[in-house]
Amino acid sequence: MIVTYLLTGFILLISFILNKQKTFRAIRIALTKFKQIAPAFTVMLIFVSIVLFLFPDEIISRYLSHSSKALSLFLASLIGSITIMPGFVAFPLSGILLAKGVSYMVLSAFTTTLMMVGIITFPIEREYFGVKVTIMRNILSFFIAIIVALATGIIFGELF
Amino acid sequence: MEKNNRIKIIFVGLYFIFLTISFLTGYMPGKKIAFHLFSFITYMIKILPCAFILIGLFEVWIKRELIEKHLGKETGVKGYIWIILFAGTIAGGLIVALPVAYSLYNKGARLSIIFTYISAAAICRIPMTLFEMSFMGIKFSIVRLLVSLPLVVASSIFLEKYLTIRNYKMAKEN
Repeated sequence: MIVTYLLTGFILLISFILNKQKTFRAIRIALTKFKQIAPAFTVMLIFVSIVLFLFPDEIISRYLSHSSKALSLFLASLIGSITIMPGFVAFPLSGILLAKGVSYMVLSAFTTTLMMVGIITFPIEREYFGVKVTIMRNILSFFIAIIVALATGIIFGELF
Repeated sequence: MEKNNRIKIIFVGLYFIFLTISFLTGYMPGKKIAFHLFSFITYMIKILPCAFILIGLFEVWIKRELIEKHLGKETGVKGYIWIILFAGTIAGGLIVALPVAYSLYNKGARLSIIFTYISAAAICRIPMTLFEMSFMGIKFSIVRLLVSLPLVVASSIFLEKYLTIRNYKMAKEN
């Protein structure tokens, strides 16, 4: 995180030395772009807080360790699609679940949908792509995640 | 749109009234929701300023011809490799990737590149993948990348074909 800030500051400084006007214009663009997306962003934040409340770690853990493989695969991809969490929360959680005996396949479905499918980010994505393309993109991503999970299951010998 | 906005404002208003009442009465679920909201906002506040400033600098400094040449209509395999590598360095996931994608689009990148970029930014960010490996093992990450990336590129090309026939354009900048 600090690296990102240092890097951004550094680039900003170089830009400022090269051309003041352009740099101020860049900052203005940054502000306008943020203002444009802020309402959709607020709505998303509210969804996030509610979904995180509805799906705490214990619930995710319980659903993912279901005895039926097909059912846990389905639930994992569903929960992964609905919730949103940064990688530094998702992977430690997956590591714990792995140690508890949850299969690689199910965790792959969970983490991949978590990253690729965003039901919660729908309000934001819609602003850029429109409703139809957002839905199409997410459905395609969902199927890619399922294929990835199945491939993981085959390679780790969990499926057959 | 007008009506839509009003619904949004009412929704946001009710939400905050709910949180306030929860705090006044000590209603636990409401407090928990507020806590999640707060932790996610702090996480976002850390990422977003950098992201938007970099997007602003990108808009100002990068010439349209450059993007059109490397990521535009003529681009082939190379364009996809470039955009995947670029996506690998981005932090923040979809929320940052979307405005970046939008800037790329306005500079002349083709749609299949845009879609590849968004998915790649979700699945193959380098710092996150290293983190993933440390918890799930190298094999897990490699399988995921090798299986997903070709599918991502293929589905992006498909989506572009489908949308080009229908004359799709991303939302105009206002």
